[in-house]
Amino acid sequence: MLDDLRDLYQEVVFDHNRNPRNFRKMEDADRTVEGHNPLCGDRITLYLKFDDGRIADVSFQGQGCAISTASASLMTEIVKGKTLEEAEHLFEAFHQIVTGRDDDLKLEELGKLAVLAGVRQYPSRIKCATLPWHSLEAALKGEEQPVSTE
Amino acid sequence: MTTAAAAHTPSTYPIDRIRADFPALAQQVRGKPLVYLDNAASAQKPHQVIDTLAEFYRHDFANIHRSVHTLGERATARYEAARETVRRFLNARRAEEIVFVRGTTEAINLVAQSWGRANLKAGDEILITAMEHHSNIVPWQLVCRQTGARLRVAPMNTRGELLLEELAKRIGPRTRLVSVVHMSNALGTVNPVEEIVALAHARGIPVLIDGAQAVPHLPVDVQALDCDFYAFSGHKLYGPTGIGALYARHELLEAMPPWQGGGEMIRTVTFEETTYNDPPFKFEAGTPAIAEAVGLAAAIDYLEAIGWEAIAAHEHDLLEYATARAEEVPGLRLIGTAREKGAILSFTVDRVHPHDLGTFLDHYGIAVRAGHHCTMPVMDFFQVPATARASFGIYNTRQEVDLLIDALKEIIEVFG
Ligand SMILES: Cc1ncc(COP(=O)(O)O)c(C=O)c1O
Repeated sequence: MLDDLRDLYQEVVFDHNRNPRNFRKMEDADRTVEGHNPLCGDRITLYLKFDDGRIADVSFQGQGCAISTASASLMTEIVKGKTLEEAEHLFEAFHQIVTGRDDDLKLEELGKLAVLAGVRQYPSRIKCATLPWHSLEAALKGEEQPVSTE
Repeated sequence: MTTAAAAHTPSTYPIDRIRADFPALAQQVRGKPLVYLDNAASAQKPHQVIDTLAEFYRHDFANIHRSVHTLGERATARYEAARETVRRFLNARRAEEIVFVRGTTEAINLVAQSWGRANLKAGDEILITAMEHHSNIVPWQLVCRQTGARLRVAPMNTRGELLLEELAKRIGPRTRLVSVVHMSNALGTVNPVEEIVALAHARGIPVLIDGAQAVPHLPVDVQALDCDFYAFSGHKLYGPTGIGALYARHELLEAMPPWQGGGEMIRTVTFEETTYNDPPFKFEAGTPAIAEAVGLAAAIDYLEAIGWEAIAAHEHDLLEYATARAEEVPGLRLIGTAREKGAILSFTVDRVHPHDLGTFLDHYGIAVRAGHHCTMPVMDFFQVPATARASFGIYNTRQEVDLLIDALKEIIEVFG
């Protein structure tokens, strides 16, 4: 593969694109959010289940490029089990890293998600990486308190 | 660059000289020679156009039509000579039938807002096709909302060919205008516009043709087509951005009300009443894109010097070659396989999203377009979120097709 593309298309990205994690419909989701990037036609449906202020389960379905698919897949892995505040914080951190606004943020904090930092060199592709996160943000902001099934 | 490629092209086609005329083609992108295959979005400019713009600004520039001084007169003469060049290019009867506009989009909006608002009533119908660019959909939706008219759509088949009988069936007593794309930017389909005009005219209905993609590839004769409106953009024709033209039959232009008010389009103004200038000036309010019009004329002169037959033969060869080689690419699906087709290859590839293809190809120095190409209904019809599109022009070569195909094969392997 072309060397200069490796910054963005790392093995982790290919892996999550080929085998996206948590790629399923959730019948009993507490919240379902549709995300759409009309520019490139990427679509994502994000499903969330809450329990006691935490994200008990999260999954997604949709059609997108490798960057948006990998980003969604990685996102579901990392936010599962997190409190809403922690998820919110991750959204902020991720957003700043991919838009290149804050280089001081610790990449380690984002774990595997840091592989997507390379997207900042591709302005036309940043939205691919942020679409799943904006969907999550919308889901978290949807209401002050998540709908509780209990 | 292309001794090998030139061997395949009709031997008289001056490919090397043409490529040398386009300074932008000589550069490297990401360390590779640029392969520019995004001509349907916009074409690169030959130095003849670039130099014309620069020379015009250096020597002849002033505002037009209002100045008695020498530069004003020179600029006016160049601008009106450009109008005459466009008239000759489209074979319109008279130069007054050529209105300079920003491009195809503005031309269609002009017709919708001027002709449309004056002629459409509630229940009237505008007939378009399933393969229109958003710029031949949205202006009609706007005027439909203003007038209560309805938009109707003639369908296409899975090759991306217009179903002419279905179009004919939709021409009814309430149809007021048929507006069709000459060549589709998303599919490459070349529509039988002459037959469409004949069908519509048999019922006394005027026809607008969106020629944005057609004019760079085939000779257009508005008298032979017998169309009522014809719209195109300069920038896809190897000319400047910000300039294009609307051809309209003189009787239509005379009857149409102005759509923008301001300087240039008036004869006399008092606070009580204004009388309007004659066409085309009635539709050219304000200071127009003067240098760009002059540049557009230079682009037309340039293309005519190469000759439409030579251009058509060259691009047909590229399309045939590219279509045949595309078959070698595993999982490649062509979107748009019309029998009458211009040099556009729109496609999807299994497991590789068009945007990933676009980013990867860029790293091979290859510029293609990935997206919906401003034709979302076409994407919906073929049930794809987007396509990758390679669109060819006068300066492309078989060798560049080879580079594209080889790159695609490598990329597909990487994605596995
Ligand atoms: C078929 C077609 N119609 C209309 C347009 C709009 O042209 P412009 O953006 O120059 O106004 C385009 C350009 O993409 C086109 O391909």
